[in-house]
Amino acid sequence: MDGDASPGFAAMAVSLTVNGAARTVVVHPFTTLADALRDELGLTGTKIGCNAGDCGACTVLLGGAQVCACLVPIAQAQGCEIHTVEGSGPNGITDRLRRAFLHHGAAQCGACTPGMLMAAASLLAREPHPSREAVCDAVGGVLCRCTGYTKIVEAVMAVFASSCDAAGGEGRVGARLARIDGWAKVTGAERFGADEAPAEALWLRILRSPHARAAFVLGDLEAFRRTKPGLEAIVTAADVPGENSFGIFPNLKDQPVFAEGQVRFRGEAVLGLVGTRAAIEAIDDAELPIAWTPLPPVSGVEAALGDGAPAIHAACPDNVLTRGRLSCGDVATGHAAAAATTEGTFRTSFVEHAYIEPEAGYARLVGPDRIEIFACTQAPYMDRDEVARVLGLPPRHVRIRPSACGGGFGGKLDVSVQPLLAVAAWKTRRPVRMVYSRIESMASTTKRHPAVIRAKASADSEGRLLAFESAADFNTGAYASWGPTVANRVPVHASGPYRVQNVLNRTRAVYTNDTPAGAFRGFGVPQAAIAHEGLMDDLAEALGLDRWTIRRRNALTKGDRTPSGQFLSHSAGLPTCLDALKEDWEAMLARVAAHNARNPRRRRGAGIACMWYGCGNTSMSNPSTMRIALDRAGQLTFYNGAVEIGQGSTTVLVQIAAEVLGLPPEAFTLVVGDTDLTFDAGKTSASRQTFVSGKAAALAARDLRRKILALANVGEAATLHLDGALLRIAEGEVRRTLDLSALPADRDGVALEGVGTYDPPTTALDENGQGVPYATYGFAAQIAEVEVDTVLGTTKVLRIVAAHDVGRAVNPTLVEGQIEGGIAQGLGLALMEEFIPGRTENLHDYLIPTVGDMPEIEIKLVEDPEPEGPFGAKGVGEPALIATAPAILSAIRHATGVTIRHVPVLPHRLWEALRERRASADELRPSPSRGGDGGGGES
Amino acid sequence: MTAYFCPATLDEALAIRAAREVEIIAGGTDVYPNRTTRAAWGQMTCRDLLDLTAIPGLGGIEERDDHWRIGCLVTWTELLKARLPPLFNGLKTAAREIGGVQIQNRGTLVGNLCTASPAGDGIPNLVALQAAVEIAGPPGRRLVPVEAFIDGYRHTVCRPDEIVVALRLPKRGALDRGAFRKLGARRYLVISIVMAAGVIETDATGRIGDVRLCIGACSAVAQRLAPLEERLLGKPLDASLADLVQPGDFATLAPLDDMRASAAYRLAAAEALTRDLLADLAAGERRRAA
Ligand SMILES: Cc1cc2nc3c(=O)[nH]c(=O)nc-3n(C[C@@H](O)[C@@H](O)[C@H](O)COP(=O)(O)OP(=O)(O)OC[C@H]3O[C@@H](n4cnc5c(N)ncnc54)[C@H](O)[C@@H]3O)c2cc1C
Ligand code: FES
Ligand code: FES
Repeated sequence: MDGDASPGFAAMAVSLTVNGAARTVVVHPFTTLADALRDELGLTGTKIGCNAGDCGACTVLLGGAQVCACLVPIAQAQGCEIHTVEGSGPNGITDRLRRAFLHHGAAQCGACTPGMLMAAASLLAREPHPSREAVCDAVGGVLCRCTGYTKIVEAVMAVFASSCDAAGGEGRVGARLARIDGWAKVTGAERFGADEAPAEALWLRILRSPHARAAFVLGDLEAFRRTKPGLEAIVTAADVPGENSFGIFPNLKDQPVFAEGQVRFRGEAVLGLVGTRAAIEAIDDAELPIAWTPLPPVSGVEAALGDGAPAIHAACPDNVLTRGRLSCGDVATGHAAAAATTEGTFRTSFVEHAYIEPEAGYARLVGPDRIEIFACTQAPYMDRDEVARVLGLPPRHVRIRPSACGGGFGGKLDVSVQPLLAVAAWKTRRPVRMVYSRIESMASTTKRHPAVIRAKASADSEGRLLAFESAADFNTGAYASWGPTVANRVPVHASGPYRVQNVLNRTRAVYTNDTPAGAFRGFGVPQAAIAHEGLMDDLAEALGLDRWTIRRRNALTKGDRTPSGQFLSHSAGLPTCLDALKEDWEAMLARVAAHNARNPRRRRGAGIACMWYGCGNTSMSNPSTMRIALDRAGQLTFYNGAVEIGQGSTTVLVQIAAEVLGLPPEAFTLVVGDTDLTFDAGKTSASRQTFVSGKAAALAARDLRRKILALANVGEAATLHLDGALLRIAEGEVRRTLDLSALPADRDGVALEGVGTYDPPTTALDENGQGVPYATYGFAAQIAEVEVDTVLGTTKVLRIVAAHDVGRAVNPTLVEGQIEGGIAQGLGLALMEEFIPGRTENLHDYLIPTVGDMPEIEIKLVEDPEPEGPFGAKGVGEPALIATAPAILSAIRHATGVTIRHVPVLPHRLWEALRERRASADELRPSPSRGGDGGGGES
Repeated sequence: MTAYFCPATLDEALAIRAAREVEIIAGGTDVYPNRTTRAAWGQMTCRDLLDLTAIPGLGGIEERDDHWRIGCLVTWTELLKARLPPLFNGLKTAAREIGGVQIQNRGTLVGNLCTASPAGDGIPNLVALQAAVEIAGPPGRRLVPVEAFIDGYRHTVCRPDEIVVALRLPKRGALDRGAFRKLGARRYLVISIVMAAGVIETDATGRIGDVRLCIGACSAVAQRLAPLEERLLGKPLDASLADLVQPGDFATLAPLDDMRASAAYRLAAAEALTRDLLADLAAGERRRAA
């Protein structure tokens, strides 16, 4: 430390050694090491996910020890040696780790990857052959929301155990090709929303409502602005040149960009401060002239549907945004014929996406009337149209350049920063950037809908389902977002992946003053699965049937009709999934029984659950168009509008295109998701990119291949080889060479191109929900083994075996990664995740699983090919998550005999249920307590 | 703009502390998250800061005649690596379970104490160890027993012109030992729902000569279980210890209902953890709760 450091007012010069090089930064001493690395040294590989020590994304090595760079004042780094993801690490360990991460598929979105690499490097520098436990301890402070940690732990353990060069070479369909966009993710080179902006960009900070419901009046903002040097503008609703509203559906643009006189949830945007970063970060919200009149908020669906509840939106007096319905047969008849009937009410909570990258980006004007936005997103074309409406521009005047997306899971399907940045840039005519804080991201963006589901099911004495009915209310919060999608998707799926002739499923999406709920991996189906699987366990218990058996008897298969009347002609592999689990299930039951015989306090249980999920939008056209171009220089460019959110679509689509075209994956140059350069591939959601865009990619590749073969006058069996501008073609003895540079070309130099469009065949649903809502469905069954401490009410998931029918695993490593990550999210949904506005709006109080919470996972891939899909493939993104929570609940019930219908099963909830059960058992004594051995009759 | 002071001597630091209102920063693992939370809702201004880390002599763990002295800059990791008698097993267990390794590498035990959070994992251990807090101020040094140091919810008797320089932990017999049980809703990075710390001293016959048990996160300030401690005196160190625990022993706790747990659950968990803790102490081993 410099001797004259006190008083250390403004800036101090700090010398550091960063990745072996001497560096000096001159900054305020309280500046965090993370900010100094990113903003002063341009080392944006170090990510900021929370600025509070809670996520570990910013982990670097300081003097050899892992630290959160967001918690280190730069003053304390004086003279220190620092390693970041950009360097090769102590003794080159980071370089070795990178290769292992790529090889094992340990990086998905890549937002946690720099932190993971550094945390692992600190361990391997001390201990090259660590135990699994040591690896968990070392990376336990870094959260990953994508991978479920399994492949990360495997990668770290493998670094010095085996050689792991990134897989290359054969990268065709079915191969474990290392992700094509992976290198940037493991080197820190990847550009996320906060990693890039013009140097001269102004900063935008949003003032958000601290109230869930309030009226407000703005005072003289311009007078205020003039008192603050560096504050260039204050943007409000009055500055929106077009429509001050956005929303997913054309008729439901109900959310203002900036609130107009009233706010409907805590976290709603009121105004924006635009200026230098120092200026906007020095203004307290309380200084602004805003007069608030807080009003009593309407929280939860019961309150919103109650008598005299105020209307959240004048246009919707009863607060019911949408109703969904499916009806077939006659449920009364079904119930009447039953050997067993059961019913229950199930409750789920708000769940936060908790992607590690908070929303960020920048906007800039290009010429007088065009705007370009660089930001993280799952839906660039929807963003383009939304921004165009807000600015009052034709869509072609808006360009969306998606940044790398550090996790989405549905949370980045809605616009967030985009319209705010657009209005600020439009008003100031200068580039404007912003980065959401973690708390801002959690308080203001969408959540999984909390659900209250009342459901009733009946079966005959063999366990065959006779009737199923449900009524589900979803809290959609203050604005519509994807509420209608949830309300329409759930009725189709609510009775589970089972044959049942009499079904009545009804849903409502209800407005409240809670945080808006939108899309989250599964669109309401995970909530519904908790209900239908809970009832299946009830029926098994009532009929004395094994829980696996009752599911196997009812499982939908080829030749069945779904409750919407859809005939399943292909690819319905649930029976195969269940059969694949049979042995494990029986072994699990035996293990559990043996354990419980010796352990009265720590009881184990086995659970099982099934799921299904329609791939693509519900009964709506959702086309995707792909283009592959070969230019005169021999560059093969894949124009792919499907944004990658970490799930691997970029890699999968290239594998499909490569296989069809007959050229290797390395031959492709990629342009992904740029609305100026690619065709609309639709949004990255609904498990549709492999299935829909994959098919479009196959069609585009086939189109290009046909043109090449025709030009060379060869047959289908010909092989291709690209050698600079020469395309060499061989068929048997025939050898041809196409000189691409000699071919006529368009103005971009493209000599040959293939274009493919695919829109999955669906039909509209009638008023009873009858029709063909999806072209294909993913199916899965999972079994879970848990251990419950019956004194403390804590649950540890020990093992999950997951069998998934994916049609075809185009890249097994990526499919497994989706399933493992889905299991982690399902575990969180079941056991710990509960977003409460104002109370759990940071990653300290809102808990997602850490590496130490993950069970051992075994995956069984079932490939029942879907003829519509590319090479038989269908989606897995959402199916991965859905069965996990109900399987865990089933296992808790088996372990303890108590049935929990409220998730998450926090320790105190389970403890209370156990206490009640003990109390009622005491009352009933001496008669033996019913269902005392839990679950079904099989144990 | 926030002023930031990095004095090179304790005297300078005390002079700054006496002259103006400054917030002390050591590892920063509480200071920065607090700033982040305030900024998210538009409270952008920060207090001036006094960084202690450039002052020599504030770190290190020293064995002295009748006590161990832990400097105010000693981190959880340093604590974990130090060779200490079994008396400190509880404190070490706490260190191992603070946040993740990143937090352990930076956060200090004294910072944990000074934050005085009801959920601070260090605090019940320090109470059980009968730590004395060594405070430097304008008139010189004073020693305050840790139970008197925290005088309210997130509040201590450390005055604005004072600095905590060290903790003194009295030495005990070679066989005396400590233990700690933490209950949280996930494995890493988790704030305690309830925790229990204890130290047992054995007499010449191997029976309990003295015992101190302390529960955290169930009241504004961590609390001793005096009636239970009394009942345990003179008892043999075996598995039956846990049977001496009675629900009434927890009557003085006043846990909160919050998003982490209900009050009723916290009380029951305090009782369960205490039984587990006594079993650990009797068995002489350290195990993780739940
Ligand atoms: C992600 C995360 C996880 C965590 N997990 C846990 C956990 O599991 N259990 C737990 O108990 N805690 C946990 N904490 C909090 C824990 O890290 C702190 O309590 C830590 O020990 C504080 O030490 P510090 O040196 O970082 O304090 P600082 O942040 O530097 O200071 C903390 C407070 O103490 C004051 N202070 C510090 N030193 C002195 C001194 N010498 N004299 C007077 N006042 C002083 C400061 O002014 C400040 O008010 C966690 C924190 C984070 C960010
Ligand atoms: S950004 Fe530092 S821990 Fe999250
Ligand atoms: S890969 Fe870990 S957060 Fe996305």
